[in-house]
Amino acid sequence: MTLNSYFDYVILPILTLSVILAFIRLYKGPQIFDRVIALDLIITIGIGIITVYSIRTSQEVFLDIAMILALIAFLGTIAFSFYLEKQNHDD
Amino acid sequence: MMTDITLAILSTIGALAILFASIGILRMPDFYLRLSVTVKAATLGVGLLLICAAMTFPEVSVTTKAIAIGFFLILTAPVAAHMIGRAAYIQRVKTWKGTTLNDLEKEGQLDCRKEDF
Repeated sequence: MTLNSYFDYVILPILTLSVILAFIRLYKGPQIFDRVIALDLIITIGIGIITVYSIRTSQEVFLDIAMILALIAFLGTIAFSFYLEKQNHDD
Repeated sequence: MMTDITLAILSTIGALAILFASIGILRMPDFYLRLSVTVKAATLGVGLLLICAAMTFPEVSVTTKAIAIGFFLILTAPVAAHMIGRAAYIQRVKTWKGTTLNDLEKEGQLDCRKEDF
């Protein structure tokens, strides 16, 4: 069993299953905070998938996209928490 | 050959850590427990996968890039988790009924009432 087929048949399916499980929480999530951290986890797993895919195809250019995605995930979570902290519900 | 075995072991541990983070975010009963599980395990898993990428490619630029991504993740994940946890506490997200210690509750300015699950 070569390393490429190991990545294909073991590592990438595990990561895909992780994305599906996190997406169930994103769909169910009782409050918006659960959805925000589920989205953050999905983007973090996406960085891992891009890394494994760049190892698999021997293209190191994909790691640039992983870096940009990490930056976008951080900014998105910060923006969500900044505005969710300021909302007031007087109902 | 030795490098292949090391890569297989590291990537397996990383993928399993990410899988445990996903199971944790699905199965934990509380927002704070979900946050606590998710951030640490996912950061560990992605860091191990990035170490795999740094070992695979022989160029120095790829190693530098992988170290930069890992450093950025380790630096920003706790900050983001702290911000979203603070926002959730201010917005009075309920804690689990098994929570026994709440230090901010004693100060009397913020109360986070328990919910019966």
